[in-house]
Amino acid sequence: MKTIHLTIDGKKVTAREGENLLWTALDNGIYVPNLCAMRDDPEPMAACRLCFVEVAGRDRPVTACTESVVEGMEVNTRGQAALKLARQGFELLMASHALDCAHCASNGSCELQQIARHLRVSLKPRRLRRMERGLPVDDSHSQFIYDPNKCVLCGRCVRVCREHLGSGVFGFAHRGFQRRVTTFADLPMGTTECDQCVRCVDVCPTGALVRRNGQPHSPATGASQSSSKTEQAPP
Amino acid sequence: MTSPASLFQEMQERAESRWRELFDSGKPVILVGAATCGRAAGALEVLETLRTEMSRQGIDCPVVEVGCLGHCYAEPLVVISKPGYPAICYGYVNPVIAERLVKEFVLGENPCLEFVLGAMEPNDMIPSFGDFPRASYEKKIVLRNCGLIDPTDIDHYIASGGYSALARVLRMAPEEIIAEVKASGLRGRGGAGFPTGEKWEICRRAPGRSRYVICNADEGDPGAFMDRAILESDPHSAIEGMIIAAYSMGARHGYVYVRAEYPLAVEHVRIAVRQARKYGLLGRHILGTDFSFDIRLFQGSGAFVCGEETALIASLEGRAGMPRHRPPYPAIHGLFGKPTVINNVKTLATVPRIIENGAAWFAGIGTERSKGTAVFALAGKVVSTGLVEVPMGTTLREVIFDVGSGIPGGKHFKAVQIGGPSGGCLPEAALDLPIDFDSLTEAGAMMGSGGMVVLDEDDCMVEIARYFLEFTQRESCGKCTFCRLGTRQMLAILDDITKGKGTEQDIQTLRDLAEAVRAGSLCALGRTAPNPVLTTLRYFEDEYRAHIEEGRCPALMCRDLIAYYILPDRCERSCDACVGTCTVEAIFSNRQRIKVIDQEKCVKCDTCRTACPPQYDAIVRISPPSQVPAAKK
Repeated sequence: MKTIHLTIDGKKVTAREGENLLWTALDNGIYVPNLCAMRDDPEPMAACRLCFVEVAGRDRPVTACTESVVEGMEVNTRGQAALKLARQGFELLMASHALDCAHCASNGSCELQQIARHLRVSLKPRRLRRMERGLPVDDSHSQFIYDPNKCVLCGRCVRVCREHLGSGVFGFAHRGFQRRVTTFADLPMGTTECDQCVRCVDVCPTGALVRRNGQPHSPATGASQSSSKTEQAPP
Repeated sequence: MTSPASLFQEMQERAESRWRELFDSGKPVILVGAATCGRAAGALEVLETLRTEMSRQGIDCPVVEVGCLGHCYAEPLVVISKPGYPAICYGYVNPVIAERLVKEFVLGENPCLEFVLGAMEPNDMIPSFGDFPRASYEKKIVLRNCGLIDPTDIDHYIASGGYSALARVLRMAPEEIIAEVKASGLRGRGGAGFPTGEKWEICRRAPGRSRYVICNADEGDPGAFMDRAILESDPHSAIEGMIIAAYSMGARHGYVYVRAEYPLAVEHVRIAVRQARKYGLLGRHILGTDFSFDIRLFQGSGAFVCGEETALIASLEGRAGMPRHRPPYPAIHGLFGKPTVINNVKTLATVPRIIENGAAWFAGIGTERSKGTAVFALAGKVVSTGLVEVPMGTTLREVIFDVGSGIPGGKHFKAVQIGGPSGGCLPEAALDLPIDFDSLTEAGAMMGSGGMVVLDEDDCMVEIARYFLEFTQRESCGKCTFCRLGTRQMLAILDDITKGKGTEQDIQTLRDLAEAVRAGSLCALGRTAPNPVLTTLRYFEDEYRAHIEEGRCPALMCRDLIAYYILPDRCERSCDACVGTCTVEAIFSNRQRIKVIDQEKCVKCDTCRTACPPQYDAIVRISPPSQVPAAKK
């Protein structure tokens, strides 16, 4: 495939034509906030709405995960309009996130913390109303604990589980504000066909899925590597 | 082998002779408007009465169930065409009137002028619909047959000129048809107004062999019923449009995606598809040509978001109705990954008329950039609610005050809500705006699919915005952050404001959130959801401020911000109407026997105000509630 040249934040970058802009940026050490993107997705999920960037010639910010790179593309991940949208999206997520970093197993490796640092915003949105869903925590599984109140609905666990197991233990249910990740018929996680691979825990960007021993993510992943491969589980 | 033209001509002759048999038999013919609007008003009872009464009188004349005539305010409607008289339309018909019509007009010679709404054609006896003020504005293209033919009889459609466009199209090259539709300037009637011909061309040129045509009848806006009325009253017009679309881009399969909440529309489309198949207008070798196309019916389960193209496709494919990122657009990558054209019912129903009359004819109607007509479901605080079709460029004032006969009860016009939850509220100052895609978008509203809800002085704009936002946040699929959480946050703020708990900062937060949801959402549902809020903030900010700063609802609508009060000098004293109706026993008599409301007990149900006889009119609403003078026991 043809190699093309583009600039991201002034940095000259080469990539294969048609490659996804988000991964191109991340692979070149330029961080763009993101939660729902996964490398092998057949089509972008485009649900978290955090990876806004500005592309020269476009009148409004676009989501990097839905863009393909083209020759001569000029990308600015630090544009004010893009950052503003990303911040607003992030604030909305945080207003509905059960914020309890001090007691959360993901403290320190949580991608929400990383994004807050990157966007220079507080984890506690000031202007918005707190809207937690108050759902019960599911600790029926022998390997992990699921706290839906910390879930940002990125769907990574849903997709990784489906890929691994074929059918998948997780799925989305309900719509609107009630939407959540759950199991078929809302059964406790411990009673499902789960084969305990815990890849879902590895890909979870927050503290919604954590190991019973308190280790949130497997050592190879996690948010500490801000430059690249932020969320892929090891093959 | 017989040519398609001669095959169709035979079909047409047969249909026309059946039509003549019906109307020229010398017997009276009775048409009853039995679309959902008519049925809701009691058309089925009227129908039953007509039939029983006629069999009792020993009269044998045809009674035909037709669709919606557009005069929904006067339903049930009955049209009697009797030799020697013009066809006469009767309004507000009930079983008693129906019985009289049979006895005195069908049997006798008294046309019962007291029940007449209007004659169907000009005559020197009875004022006709053509003499109504609305007639000078209306131009029926899409609604041409609605209410005049039996929607369950394909011959009625053919006798009215139906399927002749298809017969003609089959002799044309597909490119020619697309060129014709492009030249007509037809834009999609589903809301966004994308040029139809262009969409077809993109789909035709997309690589791959399979293609699909989908008729989007997932109409879900509160207060909108255009698509339902068309499918119920003239389903073949949309089906013919689909066949033409399919022929011009080489599709073999089509779907009608209709809401399951529209059982009558579902039934009529099903019957229409079956009849079209029987006539060889659908299925293999249409009219003996090499072109094959068939239609299947798919019932949506009532999710508003499924009106969005990509969500509709997901739903058709058996997945949850959730939108995906566009591009790729469905015209290139649609149903089952194949190029797919999705058109609104009205768009498809317009197509055969364009082919019949030519692109130049259609392009001559409407404005520079919006051609043809707009179909509106006129509802809310307007005298003549119903289905209206006017040329693009007609002003809002003309539609509301001339076609719709203005606001009932001598009230003042306040705003008009166009385009449903994706649209906006336009104030009096915008009434002279021409109705077209661009003017409405510029004013902050949207053409939408055609809901038009008129609001008067008794409607609180904050409450209206809250109502629509409650709808969109409930209908949000929940996939993307801005729509799922942003609309929810906005709703919480609006809830607070209508309860008098809003703060100064809320207006700014609301505005910021609205802009963010508009810019950040994944699909059109989210991107347009803030429109009702943004337009009411733009045109009615003073109402928001009255709620926040004074705790006052200017329209006296928000229950938490009003109190009921009995004016002592207007209370009749010996009348106990209010006391009798109060459900919570909050009204008592004081020493002068004047009635007083115990504010602690009052639940603001409005029953007493309705019960108070109009000659006294003693009960008023006061906002803010603190203005109510203290009552003494």
